[in-house]
Amino acid sequence: MLLTKLTCRLCFQRVSRNKNCFCSKVPKTPIWEEVDHTRIPNVPQIDQEMINHLERVSLVEFNNQAGIERLSKAIESANKLHMVNTDGIEPMESVLEDRMLYLREDKVTDGKCKQEVLSNAVKTIEDYFVAPPGNIPLKTKERDYGSNSNGS
Amino acid sequence: MAASMQKISSHICQLCKRRYLTFSYKRSSSNSKSKPWKSVVGLEIHAQINTESKLFSGAENKFGGPTNTQVSLFDAAFPGTLPVLNKGCVEAGVLTALALRCTVNKVSKFDRKHYFYADLPAGYQITQQRQPLAVKGHVDYCISDKNSFETKTANITQIQLEQDSGKSLHDEKDRISLIDLNRCGTGLMEIVTEPDFSDGTDASAFVKELQKILQTIQTCDCKMEEGSLRVDANISVHKSGEPLGIRTEVKNLNSIKSVSKAISFENETRSFDNEIDETVPMRDKEVKTDYRFMPEPNLPPLHLFDSESVKTVSSKMSVINIDDIQQKLPPLPEDTRKRLEQQYSLKRRDVAVLVDNSGLVDYFEDVMRLSPTTSAKLVSNFIINQLLGVLNDRKLTIYKCPVKTEDFGKLIDLLHTEEISYSTSCKVLDEMFEHPNIAPEDIVDQKDWRQISDTQVLTNICEKVLEEHPKLISKYRKGKLKYLHTLVNKAVIDSNNKANPRILKQIMEDLLDNK
Repeated sequence: MLLTKLTCRLCFQRVSRNKNCFCSKVPKTPIWEEVDHTRIPNVPQIDQEMINHLERVSLVEFNNQAGIERLSKAIESANKLHMVNTDGIEPMESVLEDRMLYLREDKVTDGKCKQEVLSNAVKTIEDYFVAPPGNIPLKTKERDYGSNSNGS
Repeated sequence: MAASMQKISSHICQLCKRRYLTFSYKRSSSNSKSKPWKSVVGLEIHAQINTESKLFSGAENKFGGPTNTQVSLFDAAFPGTLPVLNKGCVEAGVLTALALRCTVNKVSKFDRKHYFYADLPAGYQITQQRQPLAVKGHVDYCISDKNSFETKTANITQIQLEQDSGKSLHDEKDRISLIDLNRCGTGLMEIVTEPDFSDGTDASAFVKELQKILQTIQTCDCKMEEGSLRVDANISVHKSGEPLGIRTEVKNLNSIKSVSKAISFENETRSFDNEIDETVPMRDKEVKTDYRFMPEPNLPPLHLFDSESVKTVSSKMSVINIDDIQQKLPPLPEDTRKRLEQQYSLKRRDVAVLVDNSGLVDYFEDVMRLSPTTSAKLVSNFIINQLLGVLNDRKLTIYKCPVKTEDFGKLIDLLHTEEISYSTSCKVLDEMFEHPNIAPEDIVDQKDWRQISDTQVLTNICEKVLEEHPKLISKYRKGKLKYLHTLVNKAVIDSNNKANPRILKQIMEDLLDNK
């Protein structure tokens, strides 16, 4: 009975006829379509410089032969998307894009949970997280922009 | 005359196989030495939004709280937490956009900008890169120094909402960083300008005007020393008539003075490099940083409405009407300047001083309201040239000024009707600071400072002086007109410095010419 409320009449008839298939758009068996490899871009040569760059921006270490092969295969696989014709189609970024974004009233409802916030920290000093040094501006030249310019 | 050569090189992107171009400029050594270096400056200004809670979480948004207490689990990037946009931040953003005469986008989108800093626990900042809150605005601002006064217009490229990061303290001795996440997730408005500024003075005048605007509409408290307004400057130095040079970014300028200084410094460095004939290093920073922008999957686009489109929405819960916010926009500094100029026919330069010092406009208008017949020009002049100076000497603000506007108006009336002279009025003002409860007339009477303007009395004085100095009269009559001043001065001294010099001179002249 529930089904009649969820589907249109046509689909309901179809589903009633063939109970294994709810939506006709999904094929019943897997279909392999041979991709013409001459039409998709080649996998680029992955050199050391590229690997260093990728490791830096992803914080993932894959600097070994197996890692490089995996990366090549991933690129090859993703390249097949070049076969899809997307001319004149605006990219969809979210299935919620026609929905209203919920807006919260500006009130303090959260925070004041220092214990929980710090609970995963490996090391703390006086309620600060302790992190390895980083984010320090490289000192090449002493520049004095005035007394207030210690920067952060 | 092309003193520089533009070199275009083409590359193929290793990932997407698309061709892209890079531009570099090579300076040929000939010709370029004679021309002066010129700088072009664009600003990126981060203004913390003045709200109770943070941009995407309900944690408190206040400066200087105890370490890591104003942090929600979302701010600390705990898995499973989701952003919920603060309505107050969006309203503040829209109000700011309208104040900077921007076009507010009806639909704006959020993006993730990735970088790995310890004070950014999520590994990305939620910002608005592709479709910001507002675009294309402009701000009029005044640049003044002793010799010149100028009104200029700066163009705003865009305004976007984004999260602030936490704060790091670097302990270089122990080689550790200490992280406080209290600021992490605070709402920021990033205001990006076109490269419209020519130097440090220019840029800092704009920042001052922006500060005034944001304080007027109360979307940011603009305390640069607390970091609630931070300025990044993109400076490009080039020879006049040549293409723009390499961009240099100066980050975290936290006072108006340092904005001006840093930009001037860049200019000087390049000139210096030129003198020792050192080539300026080329930095292609754009290629190095890769922020891996991507659409924020947890936030649908932000829709804003106007009075027309708001009718189509059934629930009014999350609705922000741009037209409603436009109604709430208070008069901005530039509006006040224009109004004062027209209403009281004041000079723009004086008006700018009144508007630049908070509270002065209210004081001025209060004086004008209480004594509408007073000369506005005289009031504004006296406020700017005398009252401000006395306040500064006593380290007071106009809000703590002991002289009531009513009494100030009476003082100006005394000056205007020539009951007292200008120099006496300054003395009276000093007395009024010492004894705020005594009315200016009473001070003048007590000290016997009232100016003598009675023509009969003055004529008597003049006749007496003329009787005593017949030699001077004959010298004057022979054509030596400067002896008029001598005679007037003598008369003024005779009156114990109380005679009105203007009337006295008139009478003296009449007497001399008619005898």
